[in-house]
Amino acid sequence: MSQTEKQDRDYFSPKYNGSAPGLFEDNLNKRHRKGRIWKVIFQISTIIGIIALATLILKILNDTMGYAAIEYKQHPDALTSSGKPLDQMSCDELWPILSANVSKNRLRTIERDTPKDSLSQSGCYNLVIFEVAEPTAKKTWSLLESMLNYDEIQAITAEKYPDGDLQFKVWLNKSFILSPQSDDPLKAGIKTAILGSLYIIVIVILFSFPVGVAASIYLEEYATQNRFNRIIQTNINNLAGVPSIIYGMLGLAVFVRFLEPITSGTLFGIGDATTANGRTILSAGLTLSLLILPVVIINGQEAIRSVPNSLRQASYGMGATKWQTVWSHVLPNALPGILTGTILAVSRAFGETAPLVVVGAATFITFSPENVFSKFTSVPIQIYQWTARPQDAFQNIAAAAIIVLLVLLLILNAAAVLLRNRYSRRW
Amino acid sequence: MLDTKNPEFSSGVHESKTLNLTSQTRIHESIIKGFLIFSGVFSILTTIGIVIFLGQEALRFFTDPQVSLLEFFTGTVWQPQIFKFGILPLLSATIMSSVIAMFVAIPIGLCVAIYLSEYASPRFRGIIKPALEILAGIPTVVLGFFALTFMTPLLRSILGNDVVQIYNVFSAGVVMGILILPLISSMTEDALHAVPNTLREGAYGLGATRLEVSTQVVLPAAISGIAAAIILGISRAIGEAMIVAIAAGAGPNFTINPFEAAETMTGHIVRISGGDISYDSLDYNSLFAIALMLFLFTLLLNIISQRIIRRFREVYE
Repeated sequence: MSQTEKQDRDYFSPKYNGSAPGLFEDNLNKRHRKGRIWKVIFQISTIIGIIALATLILKILNDTMGYAAIEYKQHPDALTSSGKPLDQMSCDELWPILSANVSKNRLRTIERDTPKDSLSQSGCYNLVIFEVAEPTAKKTWSLLESMLNYDEIQAITAEKYPDGDLQFKVWLNKSFILSPQSDDPLKAGIKTAILGSLYIIVIVILFSFPVGVAASIYLEEYATQNRFNRIIQTNINNLAGVPSIIYGMLGLAVFVRFLEPITSGTLFGIGDATTANGRTILSAGLTLSLLILPVVIINGQEAIRSVPNSLRQASYGMGATKWQTVWSHVLPNALPGILTGTILAVSRAFGETAPLVVVGAATFITFSPENVFSKFTSVPIQIYQWTARPQDAFQNIAAAAIIVLLVLLLILNAAAVLLRNRYSRRW
Repeated sequence: MLDTKNPEFSSGVHESKTLNLTSQTRIHESIIKGFLIFSGVFSILTTIGIVIFLGQEALRFFTDPQVSLLEFFTGTVWQPQIFKFGILPLLSATIMSSVIAMFVAIPIGLCVAIYLSEYASPRFRGIIKPALEILAGIPTVVLGFFALTFMTPLLRSILGNDVVQIYNVFSAGVVMGILILPLISSMTEDALHAVPNTLREGAYGLGATRLEVSTQVVLPAAISGIAAAIILGISRAIGEAMIVAIAAGAGPNFTINPFEAAETMTGHIVRISGGDISYDSLDYNSLFAIALMLFLFTLLLNIISQRIIRRFREVYE
C-alpha cells in the first residue's frame, strides 16, 4: 500500500469519525507561513532588480569624478618666476612661457592652428599646461574612495609618485564634451563621437521612418489575408528577434563591400578617393536602419490598429478613396503613436555598438565628420574602446562618456513619453 | 455651398449624363500603393540578404580545402593562424554564459513577475515597471563596462584573485542575466495578467492562499507565455555581443570553468572584425560561418517562441 493511499484511508479510520475539526488536516498556519515566506522572497527579487539598476548608475557616477595623481614633465609651479599661479595669468603673460619652452617648429604650428588673439585666458592656460607641463594621470580614484580614504590616497601618491600632484578631477566637464578624441585621457573628449552618432541617427531616421511607416500602412490597411502577406508579417516578427551583430555582418557584406562605390561616395566623386572604402557613416546608418526597421514597423502597426474603424468607414462613406482615407484620417490619428514608437526604436539604434564595430568604426579619428562619406565613430564605440584600455584614467572617461550617452538616451525617451502623453487619444 | 434646389445644378446632373461613378484609375495612388508594397516586401529582402550574403561567405569558408565540416563541428581548437577551425570552444563559452545568465534571469524574473502581477499595489507597480524598463533600455556596452569594472572586481574580492581571472565568463553571464531579467519579467507579467480573474476567484473560493493561487493556478495557466519569454531570453543571451566582448575575454578557450576567460561566438566576431582584417581571407569568411550558425540558432528559438505565444493567445482571447 503506497503512502498516499494510506493517507486517504486515514480519513475513514474511526478516529476521524464524528468530529468535524479532525476531518481536515489542520495545516492552515503552515500554509500561511509558507505564503508569507514566499511573499518576502518575491519582494526581495523585485528589490534585487531595483538594486541592480541603482548600483549600475551609482557605479558609473562614482567613476566620473575623484582624485587623480598627476605627474608633470615640468611642474606648472616651476614655470613661473613671479610666484603668481598660472591659472591667474593673462594670455600675454602666458605666451612667453609657451614660446620659451617649446621648439620653434612646434610654436609655429601652434600659432598657425590657434593664433594667440583667438584664445581666451583658459585657452592659453590649457595650451601652456598641455604643451609645456605635459601632465599624465598616473593613477585615479573613484569618488567614494576619494571621500573615504583621503589619507591613504595621499600616502600612496607621496610614496609612488613623489613628483606628482593630487588633484580632484571631474572627468565629465565642458572640455570633455567639446574636445575631439585623443590618446591622452586628460585631453580626450567626445565631440567627434557625438557628431558621428548624430550623423548616423539622422540617416537612420531618414531611411527607417518612411519605409517603416509605409510598410506598416501596407500591412494594416492594404494587405489582404493571404499567404504572401502572412509571410511578410511572420518575417518581420522574426527579423525583430535577430541579434544585432547579424545585421552588422549583413552591413559589412552588403553596404561596406557590395555597394562600396555608393557608400564610399566615389560614385558621386565626393568621398575621399585615397582611403575610399565603404566603412562610412552612410554604411553605419543604413545598417542600423535595417536593424530597427522591424521594430518601427511593429510599433507603427500597433498605432494604426488603434485608430477606430468608424473613422475609416465614415471617410469611405463620404466617397474618399483608400489612400485619401489613410492620408487624411488614419495617419493623422496614428501619428503620435507612430512617432513614439519610432523614437524608442531610434534610441535603441543610438546605443548599439556591436553592428558598428563589425561594419568598421574607425578606431581613432580626431576630426569631425564632414559628410556622410566620412569615416565614423559613435559614442558607444568610444565607450567600448576606452573600456578596453588598461590605464585607470580611461575607465574614468569611459564612465563620463556613458553619462553623456545615458543623458542623450534619456532626452530621446522623455520626448517619446511626452509625445505619448500629450497627443495620444483613447478611442 | 451647393444649392441643390437650384435648377441649374439639378438639370446639370440630369441632362449631361456624363457623371461617371465608376472608380477611376488614379495614377498617383497606384504609385503610392507601389511604394507601400515595396516597403512591405523590403523586410523579405532583408531576410533574403542575410541568408544569401551570410550563406555565400560561409559557403566559401566550408568549401575551402583547409576546412572540414566535421572538424568545424567537433574540433576543440579555434586557431585561424594554424588553420584550426573547431567551433566547440566558442560554442561552449556561448552556452556557458547563456546558462549563467538564465540562472540569474529566470528565477528572479519569475519572482518579480509574480510579485508585480499578483501581490503589488497598482501604485508600486507603476513605479517598478518603468524602472525595469529603464534597465532593459540601457545600452549593452554600458553593461559590459559594468561587468568588467564592477562585477569582476566584486567576484575577485569574494573568491580571490587566483580563482577568478580578470576576464571571465561568470561576471559577463551574471550581467547578461541582469540585461535579460526585465525581458523575462515583463513578458511573464503580461502572461500572468492575461489569465482570467475567474480562475483566481474560483481558487480563493476554495480556500487557497494567495501563494497557492499564484503558483498552483495562475502560473500553470500562463505557462506557455512564460515558456515563450524564457526561450526569447535564451535567444537574446546567445546573440548578445558587447557584454561578452568586453568582459568575457579575448581568445577562444575550451573550458567549463566559468571563472576563466573564454570567447563566445559573438565576442569573437566583434574582436576579429574590429581589428584589421583582409577581405576574402579564410579568417574573414569564418566569421560569416559563425554568424550564419548564430542566425539559424536564434531564428529557430524565435520561431519556437512565437509558435508558443500564438497557441497561448488562442486560449484566452
